[in-house]
Amino acid sequence: MKVGIVSYGACVPRYRITPEEIGKVWGADGKAVGKGLMINCKSIPAPDEDTITISVEAARNMMKRCDVSPKDIGALYVGSESHPYAVKPTGTIVAEAIEAAPHLTVADFEFACKAGTAAIQTCMGLVGSGMVKYGVAIGADTSQGAPGDALEYSASAGGAAFLIGSEKIIATLDRTYSYTTDTPDFWRREGQIYPRHGGRFTGEPAYFKHVLNGGRGLMERTGTTAKDYTYAVFHQPNGKFPTRVAKQLGFSDTQIKAGLLAPLIGNTYSGAVPLGLAAILDEAKPGDRIFAVAYGSGAGSDAFAMTVTDEIDSYARDRAPTVKEIISNVKFLDYATYAKFRGMIVLGRE
Amino acid sequence: MATAPRFWRENPSRYNLVGIKCNSCGRHFFPPRSICPVCHRKSVGKIERVKLKGEGKIFSWTEVQEGPEELSSNRPYIYAMVEMEDGLRFTGQVIDCEPADLQIGTPVRAVLRKLSEEGPSGVIHYGYKFVLRKEKSP
Amino acid sequence: MRRVAIIGIGNTEFGELWDHSFREIGITAGLAAVEDANISAEMIDALYVGNMSAGRFIEQEHIGALIADYSGLARDHVPATRVEAAGASGGLALRQGFMAVASGLHDIVVVGGAEKMTDVSDLDSANIQSSAADQEWETVLGATFPALHALIAHRHMHVYGTTREQLADVAVKNHRHGALNPKAQFRREITRETVLGSPMVSSPLRVFDCAPSSDGAAAVVLCALENAKKYTDTPVEIIGSGQASDTLSLHDRKDICTMEATRVAAKRAFDMAKVAQKDVQVAEVHDSFTISEILAIEDLGFFKKGEGGKATEAGLTGLSGQIAVNTSGGLKARGDPIGATGLAQAVEIVAQLRGKADKRQVKDAQVGLTHNVGGTGATVVVHVLRRV
Repeated sequence: MKVGIVSYGACVPRYRITPEEIGKVWGADGKAVGKGLMINCKSIPAPDEDTITISVEAARNMMKRCDVSPKDIGALYVGSESHPYAVKPTGTIVAEAIEAAPHLTVADFEFACKAGTAAIQTCMGLVGSGMVKYGVAIGADTSQGAPGDALEYSASAGGAAFLIGSEKIIATLDRTYSYTTDTPDFWRREGQIYPRHGGRFTGEPAYFKHVLNGGRGLMERTGTTAKDYTYAVFHQPNGKFPTRVAKQLGFSDTQIKAGLLAPLIGNTYSGAVPLGLAAILDEAKPGDRIFAVAYGSGAGSDAFAMTVTDEIDSYARDRAPTVKEIISNVKFLDYATYAKFRGMIVLGRE
Repeated sequence: MATAPRFWRENPSRYNLVGIKCNSCGRHFFPPRSICPVCHRKSVGKIERVKLKGEGKIFSWTEVQEGPEELSSNRPYIYAMVEMEDGLRFTGQVIDCEPADLQIGTPVRAVLRKLSEEGPSGVIHYGYKFVLRKEKSP
Repeated sequence: MRRVAIIGIGNTEFGELWDHSFREIGITAGLAAVEDANISAEMIDALYVGNMSAGRFIEQEHIGALIADYSGLARDHVPATRVEAAGASGGLALRQGFMAVASGLHDIVVVGGAEKMTDVSDLDSANIQSSAADQEWETVLGATFPALHALIAHRHMHVYGTTREQLADVAVKNHRHGALNPKAQFRREITRETVLGSPMVSSPLRVFDCAPSSDGAAAVVLCALENAKKYTDTPVEIIGSGQASDTLSLHDRKDICTMEATRVAAKRAFDMAKVAQKDVQVAEVHDSFTISEILAIEDLGFFKKGEGGKATEAGLTGLSGQIAVNTSGGLKARGDPIGATGLAQAVEIVAQLRGKADKRQVKDAQVGLTHNVGGTGATVVVHVLRRV
């Protein structure tokens, strides 16, 4: 049975802050930091946004574009490292909000920045095995970098949702491969507000090792090379890493352009590859092949090979906004307002 | 102030704008009520739950500068009365826009956002707010 | 039905009464009214108390019994009833007293209204006031009491061209009147600039468009008109009493620029009184916000719909205008201790009809009106009073 993406939807908060504005507060040359990271600005959730509201908006956009009955959804998984509750699922609210409840299974996933793609893999298995007709996989985050930390320049918010099924597929999920080791490059302990990371240790032994091995492993298993793909998207903690890793795997700038959003919105963590994939699907044509590798600290990578089908021509993409349209409604904030929005100001409440 | 069950029981309407249709006169109402105020007794047993489309136009609006403590991070915020196509009205916040973008008659659609939370350790309440809606040319 | 007269009035100063508790202010107003009526405690058949939210302002419920007790009437087991309809609690208590005497069930009834609002923080006070709106479908979604009235104001400006300056003129006039009322909370005049330069609360409404939080109490003594002259030379008859409800939520109203309940309550009161708007010289209307007074004078029928702003600007609602509105200063300047407001309105109209309103006396006042609103207009009580 062919399994693939039946529909998708995205959500990115409207607010932005520039590296320059952040650097000003901490006595750093933010402009240069941003240039080095290839980040022009990052998205910030409004005070009334969190991973749940982003997941709901993305899932609703996904449902608008197809005529699938929400009652046919048998599984829903939300991958995030910023679930609003430590205990109490994000997914139940999403399931109710798209009217998929109560006859389905729901769970929240966490694997740093690749929890969303882990959800896609789970849905592939459930649909492929015939256990469910449709599965929903969401990757969304409202990530936090500690004030003054290097992560603060990139940690942002956004997410995308995918309806996985076996009928009216707009892109088949041809193959997936994961590469996993135990590598403590980035973590957040229970009860802690901000994550910690290993600085430069997050680079070669973590991001690059796993993305390269994941990507190469998938190419070996599918007998493909970079040239066989129209588009490629990689986890993007900044603009620099995915650009470099793409070159190492043999991809050109043209192939990664559509899915490279970090320069415009920063690192949306679990939302990063899902949003990049959504942006690619916004413009993809029948026959296009897509290569995607997500990375999650801790550490592992999920690689996917996809093929866009003829179905995309009759797919109702215009019933919901494209990623480009979503990220065109922008308001820049100063650091003080950003700090207020992110709850970084201690309030004198009782 | 709100408690989990008190909020939870309204979730269908807060998440998905579930209202009612009176099958005696055909009128819609939001939020749900058990009797049609037009048909009175004739409506008993004829009230059907229906989901509203969530699209409408600004009927009136205000920018709230002095508001409740739980919305202190959102201030100033826009609170509006929205009129749906069938004349039904309800109120809520309008977000992701500036006062200059708004006029009486501006099209909006409902989205789900956080309404409030019962302190840092309490339940979070979600419900509808409005964003601007681009009207597609036919 | 018996005809009913007000034979005694009493009220406390309105404002921030830091030294006085809820029960003290309630009793002070009641005693003043009883003294004014020349009656003694044993003669009181029943008590009615208008109060909106003592349960949340001072965490005290069972207000009827409390007031009966501290009035010294508990030993006589005088029946005492608390009446609640948000901002219309006082007016509604007056109507209950009126019905009790009119029906013949009671001969002498004391009706009081009291609220103690300053024992909680300003934020809590605002939250409590917003509980007059629909908690589940307005407040939870971000409504404040000013925000709901701002929606009305914005719409009224949009539909009828009412101006920001005309709204300000309501506050300027009510402060001018309040300056003449020794018991008013604000006894100083202001200008348009004061209003327009005050901080925004909920656009277009600013701080000086809003009635304040206040402590205070007011009371009246009622008896059958046929017995009134036994106690006073200047009884004032309640010739009409009307009450009407509307939807709790503002959004369910047919037209948010009209308080339908005001129109209906007024019609009922005028029909009972067998007088018309033109016969009224003085009115106390419910100006929680400046826009509220504009709606009130239109919906009560004193001015055409949409003309309230212009009428105010033209001075037609001043002391020597076409009809003197809110000679006490209104909620804006006299103060608005919620449960007391409806009674304070009656106290002012009685003073006017007795010719005892001193510097703010309306010449030859024969007929007066009180208009008391709960929430954004879900309860309205209108009374028409005439000097005997």
